[in-house]
Amino acid sequence: MSDLESFRLETRDWLEENCPKSMRTPYESDDDICWGGRNAKFTSDEQRLWLQRMASRGWTVPTWPAEYGGGGLDREHAKVLADELSRIHARPALMSFGISMLGPALLKFGTEALRQQHIPPIVRGEIRWAQGYSEPNAGSDLASLQTRADDHGDHYKVNGSKIWTSYGDKGDWMFCLVRTDSEARKHEGISFVLFDMATPGVSTKPILLISGASPFTETFFDDVRVEKDQVVGEVNKGWTVAKYLLTHEREMIGESGVSEAGSASISEIAVRKMGLNNGVLKNTMLRSDIAKLEIDEIALDLTIQRARDEVKAGASLGAQSSMFKYFGTELNMRRYELLMAIGGLDALDWDGGENADGLLPKSWLRTKGNSIEGGTSEIQLNIIAKRILGLPG
Amino acid sequence: MALVLNEEQVMLRDAARDFLTARAPVEHLRSLRDAGNSVGYSSELWAEIVDMGWAAIVVAEEHGGLGYGFAGIGLLLEESGRTLTPTPLLSSSMVAAALITRHGSDDQKATYLPALASGEHLLALAVDEGTQHDPTSCNTVAVEAAGNYSLNGSKVAVVDGGFANTFIVAARKSDESTGLFLVSANATGVKVDTVSHLDTHKAATVLFADVEVSAAAELAMPDGLEFMLDVARIGQAAELLGIAQEVLERTMTYLKDRKQFGVAIGVFQGLAHRAANLYTEIELCKSVVLHALRELDAGTEDIAAIASMAKAKLAETAHLAATEGIQMHGGMGMTDECEIGFFLKRCQIVEALYGDRYFHLDRYAKLSGY
Repeated sequence: MSDLESFRLETRDWLEENCPKSMRTPYESDDDICWGGRNAKFTSDEQRLWLQRMASRGWTVPTWPAEYGGGGLDREHAKVLADELSRIHARPALMSFGISMLGPALLKFGTEALRQQHIPPIVRGEIRWAQGYSEPNAGSDLASLQTRADDHGDHYKVNGSKIWTSYGDKGDWMFCLVRTDSEARKHEGISFVLFDMATPGVSTKPILLISGASPFTETFFDDVRVEKDQVVGEVNKGWTVAKYLLTHEREMIGESGVSEAGSASISEIAVRKMGLNNGVLKNTMLRSDIAKLEIDEIALDLTIQRARDEVKAGASLGAQSSMFKYFGTELNMRRYELLMAIGGLDALDWDGGENADGLLPKSWLRTKGNSIEGGTSEIQLNIIAKRILGLPG
Repeated sequence: MALVLNEEQVMLRDAARDFLTARAPVEHLRSLRDAGNSVGYSSELWAEIVDMGWAAIVVAEEHGGLGYGFAGIGLLLEESGRTLTPTPLLSSSMVAAALITRHGSDDQKATYLPALASGEHLLALAVDEGTQHDPTSCNTVAVEAAGNYSLNGSKVAVVDGGFANTFIVAARKSDESTGLFLVSANATGVKVDTVSHLDTHKAATVLFADVEVSAAAELAMPDGLEFMLDVARIGQAAELLGIAQEVLERTMTYLKDRKQFGVAIGVFQGLAHRAANLYTEIELCKSVVLHALRELDAGTEDIAAIASMAKAKLAETAHLAATEGIQMHGGMGMTDECEIGFFLKRCQIVEALYGDRYFHLDRYAKLSGY
């Protein structure tokens, strides 16, 4: 038996024994997502147990090095694990920005001490990270950020504010872009720093969205002390780290639409809600938009698969992540427009009614931010035009 | 199987690109047109293509072919889409070879496959009869008489019909099923009228009047017609992919070279964003085509939805590329001298044959239960 096959069997047995039954069902609401953190609220003991067991093997981050608590798996073994998890419909044991964003940047740019300090708690879901990037006057033009870190000998004092901090009020630590040299050109005076959000001087204020939820905050810094050993990469070279991390963020955002596509076929929903006429969906105009969407969803899935295969064969993804971010988010928005049309009058209910407390219209409104956050669609098109097509500008 | 080309496939693609750009670039199509070529393709070029083994790619080794599969012929069609080279590769080397391999009797295989592989014998698909592609409606009839069939009817838009040696004819039988028959172009009662399509390629209207066909010339059923058409559609998708990529590359060159207001016009977001969107669509198309060819190679039983997805997506994207290509080339794009318009012409033909994007969106939805 090959090594991979025995790993598969061993993994299957382990999951059978260790993945609680309630963790093998689809999420019922966003509350079922396990984000971890100091103030983690587990919806059940089984959710907590699932996280602990997966973390004990480093399988919350299967490909990270074992020396920092990761799973230490190569791509082939990680693929086997992913297959086995999806075979039993297991929920992700842990979601976090530490995993999807900070971790890869720390592994690439962080000192040994920083890795030892921060990566194991990410693996175990003990610290929940928040991202401090955008500012009120630095959106698409992120590098014009003004939050200042002034040199006070052995530490910095940070002053300024951030906006669009995802779950800023739930974060334990923040990775943050600050200006450490106000004389330098805008890309060259930025540093990438880490600090505990419980530090005096940090405060957050939730932002109410059109969806009725507040997944983002404004975050304010008033003389916040940041130790100098908490700079990732070189001082004033934070933009390099930031860009590397944005690439990861774009891949994640671009792919989120796809995983959702896998969960429910929109044509099945349409057939259930609207009915068929001689085997054909009653509204034939809507039907053709649905067919186009379903074809594009499959096409995007295949393209992600192809990109992975190319990376495996030695290519680098680079600016292609902008393509996935652009198309993935636009596709998800198209999907929700169609779901609203299919939902018809039921989809108008915000409170009570047929519609599970307005989940659909709230989600639909939330998708309007997909083509804005993480770099707008227009910014992604700029990147594709310049970096892939080589157009001037 | 990974969705990347292996080393052999990359070599085949590069060799095809070198050959076609050297021997049969778009200028080749233009010269066929300007010389008033009545056949629609160059038999000298075909002889060179046969020498390279391209006609033998799909045919299995036991029948004198290379057994190299659909991924290989897909690359050749993609490359001939880039150069708009008229060849019998799609109808004969891909579709007829696949059909006879899967549905042919031992005798039919022995007769046709080696001859297809050697490029000596060419076949043409005779399916459509009306203005819209509709394989469910077949007015050509095959009436059984004394163990043989008598064929009556007419077919339009028969690609390669002007020079094919044999037609694969869809005809309705007495039990209302549709059969496929191998009918010699020389048979008594067959009349071929060649038409020149808007892209300079040739097609034919073929009349069948009391054409006698032996029972041994019928291909085994069921589902031969759908399989044949689906293979053709996937081959067309590969050709459309070549067209779309070539148009994008030529247009990007133009956006970098052409200066207005003192700058290269690619600087303007009104153009750059549309180009970036087109690039994204084409990347999706690459995956769809590669996937469809892999499924054919894997012998997947049900390729109907995969074929309709590929044709619908590629028809839409290639058409977008071709029209954007003209628009971004400005006034030059409207001239006959600039080759970009040739790609739109070819697109329109490939799209309409064997079902356009509307046909395939509708079919895809039906196949998916809505």
